[in-house]
Amino acid sequence: MHIAEGFLPPAHAVAWGVASAPFVVHGARSLVRDVREHPESTLLLGASGAFTFVLSALKLPSVTGSCSHPTGTGLGAILFRPPVMAVLGTITLLFQALLLAHGGLTTLGANVFSLAVVGPWAGYGAYRLLRRYDVPLMGAVFCGAFLADLSTYCVTSVQLALAFPDPGSGFLGALGKFGSIFAVTQIPLAVSEGLLTVLVMRLLVQSSKGELTRLGVLVTSAAGGKRAAEAESAGAVAR
Amino acid sequence: MSRNAKINTLLLLLVAALAVIPLAFGLGDHKEEPFAGADGEAETAITEIDPDYEPWFSPLYEPPSGEVESALFAVQAALGAGVLAYYFGLRRGRRQGEARARERVGVRAPEGAREQAAGLRAPDGVHERDGLPAPDTAHERGDVPAPDTAHERGGAEDTGDAEVRSGADGGRD
Repeated sequence: MHIAEGFLPPAHAVAWGVASAPFVVHGARSLVRDVREHPESTLLLGASGAFTFVLSALKLPSVTGSCSHPTGTGLGAILFRPPVMAVLGTITLLFQALLLAHGGLTTLGANVFSLAVVGPWAGYGAYRLLRRYDVPLMGAVFCGAFLADLSTYCVTSVQLALAFPDPGSGFLGALGKFGSIFAVTQIPLAVSEGLLTVLVMRLLVQSSKGELTRLGVLVTSAAGGKRAAEAESAGAVAR
Repeated sequence: MSRNAKINTLLLLLVAALAVIPLAFGLGDHKEEPFAGADGEAETAITEIDPDYEPWFSPLYEPPSGEVESALFAVQAALGAGVLAYYFGLRRGRRQGEARARERVGVRAPEGAREQAAGLRAPDGVHERDGLPAPDTAHERGDVPAPDTAHERGGAEDTGDAEVRSGADGGRD
């Protein structure tokens, strides 16, 4: 999903930068607020960022005969809500742009938009929706992580197709081309990411029940419905 | 191996299988350069669509060789893995330490009392809504008696356990 340095025309680069900036700024604010209000969750926040670090460094072979990497943003989005992931994802992308020549500064806005904005929101949205319909926790986590991963690569395909429409078949033709490179390759990797996210969530359920309860991922039996409703309204206010 | 550990191992094996299958079945054989990065393929596709496109900016720093690049990728993964391992190690250590402290003050609690202790934090007991058998950490470690999750959160919320803990500390001294 890394659009290489200089590979988006300047107008596109600027536009995606402008589109991403508010999410990152808002994310930074909510991150600071979270840490201030709940210093004890700093460690888990770090672990969520670390998960993104590991997974986005992990280039795996896929059925299409090319390699790609998961994103790792679903976990943090489910735990801490998507705005926080806008920041953690941006940090990861900056690291890769500056040290690995992977992605770039001119394409940072576009890459942030796909990996750190759309991915986390899509994953979180799917997770919440499934949980509302009483899908088991791990099922919802799997789908959330899967979608966070896959949607990131779909957005990258759209971004490239917008910038480089096919001379013959136009935007849709280019979308098919980039989609077959990114999105199709990504399907098995998104499954892997879903499985790994479920694994980490299982470990968290074993080791950090208190934290997960506070974050609303686990619920107490009697207060369950009430708490979920509260979280919902709190979420609505925050939005 | 506990049921939990089995499921976790199975998850890891599935991920490994998903990564190995494309290699084992030679799914990259039809390509000039099998298993190249999708990012690079996208660059090629761009130059196919628009042969005149010139990247207008180049990376400030580029790893001088594939080896250096892979080293930096390894650093990235190692940093992430290190932090994750630290997190889970710390949690486990805390739980065990608290379990031992409790053992010393003789709060070797029977089932009922254990749940009561957990109730200090969550009166109704935490459970997973999804109906999986709620993984009760207390049972999984077998020999370590009566750890409870009430201690895990650290910080202000732990005050409910302050008494137990100071008792434990006293016992240790």
